[in-house]
Amino acid sequence: MRMKQLGGPYVTKTTAIAATMVGILGILVVVRLFFGLRTVSNLNDGVTWGLWLAYDVVAGTAIACGGYSVALVVYILNKGQYHPLVRPAVLASMFGYALGGFSVLVDISRWWNFWHILWPSYFNLNSVLIEVALCISAYSTILILEFAPAVVERVVEWTGYRGGQLHAITLKIEKILNKVIFVLIAVGITLPTMHQSSLGTMLIPLGNFINPLWQTPILPLLFLLTALSTGYGVVMLEATLVSDRFSRPSEAGILAGLSRYMMVVVGLFLVIRWSDLIYRDKLHYLLSSGGLTFAFGVENLLYLTPLILLWPKHRRVGPRYQFIAAICILSGSIFYRMDSYLIAYHRAGWHYFPSVSELLITFGMIAVEVLGYTLIVKFFPILEIESVHHVSPVLAGK
Amino acid sequence: MPLTRRNFIMRSASSGAAALCAVTAPSASAEVREEKTMPPKALGLLFDATLCIGCKSCVTACREANHTHPEFSTEDHLWDTPLDLSADTLTVIKAYSQGEGVNKDQEENGYEFIKKSCLHCVDPSCVSVCPVTAMTKDPDTGVVSYNPNNCIGCRYCVAACPFGVPRFEYKEAVPRLRKCELCKERRAVGEIPACAEVCPTGATLFGTVKELSAEAARRHQLTPGERTVFPRKTLEANDVHEKPAPHYVKETYGSTQVGGTQVQLLSGVPFDKLGYPDLPEKSFVSTSESIQHTIYKGMIAPAVLFGCFLLRTRRSAKHDENDDDDQQGGK
Repeated sequence: MRMKQLGGPYVTKTTAIAATMVGILGILVVVRLFFGLRTVSNLNDGVTWGLWLAYDVVAGTAIACGGYSVALVVYILNKGQYHPLVRPAVLASMFGYALGGFSVLVDISRWWNFWHILWPSYFNLNSVLIEVALCISAYSTILILEFAPAVVERVVEWTGYRGGQLHAITLKIEKILNKVIFVLIAVGITLPTMHQSSLGTMLIPLGNFINPLWQTPILPLLFLLTALSTGYGVVMLEATLVSDRFSRPSEAGILAGLSRYMMVVVGLFLVIRWSDLIYRDKLHYLLSSGGLTFAFGVENLLYLTPLILLWPKHRRVGPRYQFIAAICILSGSIFYRMDSYLIAYHRAGWHYFPSVSELLITFGMIAVEVLGYTLIVKFFPILEIESVHHVSPVLAGK
Repeated sequence: MPLTRRNFIMRSASSGAAALCAVTAPSASAEVREEKTMPPKALGLLFDATLCIGCKSCVTACREANHTHPEFSTEDHLWDTPLDLSADTLTVIKAYSQGEGVNKDQEENGYEFIKKSCLHCVDPSCVSVCPVTAMTKDPDTGVVSYNPNNCIGCRYCVAACPFGVPRFEYKEAVPRLRKCELCKERRAVGEIPACAEVCPTGATLFGTVKELSAEAARRHQLTPGERTVFPRKTLEANDVHEKPAPHYVKETYGSTQVGGTQVQLLSGVPFDKLGYPDLPEKSFVSTSESIQHTIYKGMIAPAVLFGCFLLRTRRSAKHDENDDDDQQGGK
């Protein structure tokens, strides 16, 4: 079975709506870049990192860890049967990270200096942020390269129609790419391990401003685990949708296997988080944190539900349970990360709620993802499919 | 290798453990960062709230020295009334009042004035977190300064400062971070910081942290009510006034907080009532730097992790090739 582009019309309801939102995003971004942060955002000195950083960057790159998580299983644990999941996951990761990077550019207020994070003479190696910035830049490049085979395959196919010298050259490129891709993949697994944990370390300097239910020296470990669990969640979500849309019963068994990894990671996260709270003697904050206790409860329930749901083996093969579990994991991780960066960060006397423009920029970023993903799976060979006729109405745009 | 259940579990376990170890295990050989110490020629301010009469001369002088604009918070827009530190107000005087608010420098039914500005930490969070070295601490004077040419505007310093000092120009298209730099320009021409220069009662004194700490210690020794001499501007200036000693709370704020600060404060009212937070002696950034330098010491852990991953991915790649050959053979 070979991966194939889906084809179909490019202009559909989905792509039209997404394109409109991207247009609004474009205008707002221009306004933001040339007229200062206050014109579009409610960011202030008490909450200087708002929705863009917490959702688009921190939660967004966790959602973009599908490529990382699935590569870990396929290439490190050598589980070839998950291979069909790699390309869609890498594509989603590429978008997630590219948009994370773009969001940073929108958020940083002296953006014309952004290249300083890549220029060694400016580096402050004590800063956790320089590690995150370098690592994410490198990883975005790696993701593009990991995606290259899909592009090359398409070009090979296209040049194949025309034949001749060009076809020979692209074939050669494809061959070389296939030879060295394992190095890229290894780099592509190392980098997220580094920066996803560092995203947790980044909060440690914020000290007392973050509620002790979240602030802990083991933040890097907890963030790494949420990156992995979110990755599996995303891949499971994608896979349940794909298996549903292409009516392939064989997927259920594979996903049952994948859900085991997810359960191990989620279980580890819960055990470590609670042990840490007990060890640091911070459990009493559950009684005194008001609304934050509720937020903490929601996170934990969303992480606990999939464990209970998928505990009996017979349920693990059920697409419905897999789907619900994946949704729980995803929202649990998004909550955990947004709570850590935004909700649990509190400075007396300061309030923040994202402005309409801030929300529209975030929605626009999501629209870029939807639009890009939809167009790319139509044009490039990403999804492994038996027949294009089974394509879902959404993806095919019918 | 056949993909048995046993293999599957063994591999997951070993790979997972390797990944986690690389991130967490180096704590066994933790690179604990040493606590930072006060620079030998550290400069600072001593603010004695019991001497402050709330005239806000320092706020006005600071405007002049740093070219900032007045901030209006009344309807007539005729009164410079900054409510807090901001990108336009690098120092501010706030008032504490409780109950009837009649007893100066007392917590019960009392009132007191308190100054806020950059404390010039011994181990500044802003310097530690800045990715592009826009925040620096002078190795001699210990003064924490900002270089807009380096700054990318990430505002990590704003989020991290435990005292909430650095403020950003959100309204500007070309924004800067603003904070007290202990009057860098004035000191360059031999003058003292503007706030200390104009303070009529010597509530704000400028000098080396060493001599200012000694002066703070002297004041703690005084018996309340005992007449004593208080200098103005600096300890050396022959500009003094006499006054009965007040009743100080025991602590000099800034002597221990997050590793100590170069601007220190004395008060008759407990500091947590004045908006000065209760902070641990160990700075938060010493923890983050220790974690970071442990994991990335010589890039050994990431290199080992990469090496392990490389061995596995290479094997997977070969595995795939064989698979392909098999398939082709079978066709």
